[in-house]
Amino acid sequence: MLARLGAARRGGLLALALAVALLPLALGNQYLYDVAILVGLNAIVCVGLNLLIGYAGQISLGHAGFFALGGYGSAILAVRYGWPPLAALPVSVGSVTLLAFLVGRPILRLKGHYLAMATLGLGVIITVVLATEDRFTGGPDGMSVPPLALFGRALAGERAWYWLVGALLLACVWLALNLVESPRGRALRALHGSEVAAEMIGIDSARHKLAVFVLSAGLAAAAGGLTAHYSGFITPSQGSFLRSIELVTMVVFGGMASTFGAVVGAAVLTTLPQLLTPLKDYEMVVFGAVMMFTMIFMPRGIVPTLAALFKPRTRP
Amino acid sequence: MSAQLLQVLFAGLTAGAIYALVALGFSIIYNSSQVINFAQGEFVMIGGMATVSFLHLGLPLPLAALAAVAATTLVALALDKLAVERARGASVVTLIIITIGASILLRGLASLVWDKNIHALPAFNGDKPIAVGGATLLPQSLWVLGVSLAVLAALWWFFNRTLYGKAMLATSHNRLAAQLAGISVRRVLLVSFGLSGALGALAGILVAPITFTAWDVGVMLGLKGFAAAILGGLGSGPGAVLGGLLLGLAEALAAGYVSSAYKDVIAFVIILAVLVLMPGGLLGRRAAERV
Repeated sequence: MLARLGAARRGGLLALALAVALLPLALGNQYLYDVAILVGLNAIVCVGLNLLIGYAGQISLGHAGFFALGGYGSAILAVRYGWPPLAALPVSVGSVTLLAFLVGRPILRLKGHYLAMATLGLGVIITVVLATEDRFTGGPDGMSVPPLALFGRALAGERAWYWLVGALLLACVWLALNLVESPRGRALRALHGSEVAAEMIGIDSARHKLAVFVLSAGLAAAAGGLTAHYSGFITPSQGSFLRSIELVTMVVFGGMASTFGAVVGAAVLTTLPQLLTPLKDYEMVVFGAVMMFTMIFMPRGIVPTLAALFKPRTRP
Repeated sequence: MSAQLLQVLFAGLTAGAIYALVALGFSIIYNSSQVINFAQGEFVMIGGMATVSFLHLGLPLPLAALAAVAATTLVALALDKLAVERARGASVVTLIIITIGASILLRGLASLVWDKNIHALPAFNGDKPIAVGGATLLPQSLWVLGVSLAVLAALWWFFNRTLYGKAMLATSHNRLAAQLAGISVRRVLLVSFGLSGALGALAGILVAPITFTAWDVGVMLGLKGFAAAILGGLGSGPGAVLGGLLLGLAEALAAGYVSSAYKDVIAFVIILAVLVLMPGGLLGRRAAERV
C-alpha cells in the first residue's frame, strides 16, 4: 500500500509514525501525555476538515458541532440508556454521519461565505439544542461520560489512550493521503480549481462534495466521541462557534491542502495555549499576535512554506 | 395590533438596527477585499468599552462617544495598515484567519486595558419608558433607531454623491478596472476599514445602555452582524439593513411567542431556509459566475 504513495508522502507518513512512536520518550509526566492525546484528537478532526477545506475548497464553520454531537451521542446512549460505551460510540458516530449526509445535500449547494454562514448556523443550532435539552444533556454545565471499556476492563491511563489515539491518527493520515492520490482526490482538487470546469469533464461535483463533507463530519464525530470518553466530561462549549473557528484556524495555520499541515497546525495550536498558560492575563494577546504574525509571514501555512524552503531551487 | 406584539416589534427593531450597523461594516470591508472581517464584533466592543472609560475620565457623554468612535476607527485603520495590508497577495482564507487572530488579540487587550467585568453605560436620555399604544418604548431605542437612520442617510450620500464613495463602489464591482482608472485600491481598503470601525463603534455605544457591555460582547454581536449581512446578501448595503432588521425581528418574535431559549435556533433556521431557497441572500448580486 505504501508503494502507491509518492515518495515525499511516504517519507512524511514514516516520519509521523516515528514521531508517534518516539514521542513517549520525551513525555515525562501525565500532563504531557494529556496534551499529546489532545493534539492527536484535534489532528484527526483537522485531517478530515483539511480534505473538505484544503482539497475540495468547501469551508465549514460548524465542524465543532459534529465534534460535540459525536461526544454527546455516545455519552447520552451510555449514561441515559445504559449502553456499553464501546457500542454507543460507533452508533453515535454513525448517526452524526447520517445527519451530515442529510443536511449536507441542501447546504453544499451554497458557495464561499454563504456556505460558511450555513455551516456556522448549523453549529449554533446544535450548540443551543445541547445547552437547552438538559433532560438529556445536563444543560450548559455538561454531563459526565463513562470511560471506554473492553471486555469489562476500562481503558484507563494516559499511556493506553496515547497509543490508541496515535494509531488512529496514523490510520486517518494514511487514509487521507491515499484518498488525495486517488481519482476521487483528483476530482476534489479539480472541483476546487473550478467547479464548472470540473463538471464539464464529467465530475459529479455535488456527489464528491457531499462525500467529503460526510467523511470529515464522521471523523469529527469520532474524535468528539473519543474526547468525551477520554476526558470523562463534556459540555456544550465543545461545539461552540469559537471552537469551530479554532479547528479551521488549525487547518489554515498548518497549511491548506497539506495533510501533514493539518497535523502540524493541530499540534501547534493545541500546545501553544498550554505553553502560554504561565503568561496568565497576557495569554490571549500573545496567542492572537502569534496567529497574525504567522499568517502574515507564512500566508500559505507552516508546512507548505517550510517545504518550499527545502525544495531544490530551479533557476529561471 | 395587540400591545404584546407592539412590544415585541419595538425590541426587534432596536436589536435589528444594531445588527444592521454591524452588518454594514462587514459588507463594506467585504466589498473592497472579499474578506469577512471577524474582528468586526471587536470594533463594537471597543466602542462601548471606550465610551465607559472616557465617561469615567470625566468627559461628557457626547464627547466620550465621539472619542470612542475615533479610537475605534484608529484601531481599525491600524488593523488594515499593520496586518491586512502587509499580507496582500495572500488568499482570502488567510486574510480571514488574520482577522480572527486580530479579534483574539483585541479581546485579550480589552481584558487587560479594562477588566473582565460587565459595565453599564447610562442611557442617553434617562430610562423613563414612553407609553405607545399600550406598549412601552425606552428612549434609548429611539436613539438607536434615529442614529441608525442618520447613518444610513450619510452612507447613502457618501456612496452615491462623493467621488470617494463612488471609487469604493467601483472597486467592489471590478478591482482591476478600478485600479486601471487610477483608483488607489489600497487607500479604498484603508478607508473601508476606518468606516467599518466607526460603524461598529457607533453600534456598540448605542446598544451598551440596553444590553451592557463587556470585553467579550463582540463575539455574539459580530456573529449576528455576519448572519445579517449574509441573509441580506453580502456586499449589498440595503441587503445588510434588511438582513439586520429581519434577524432582529425574527429573534424578538421567536423569544416573545415561542421560546427565549430557542430564539437563536429559530433565527438560524430561517437563515438556512432562506439560503437554501436563495443561495445569494435576499438582495445579493444575481450575476452568473463567470468562468
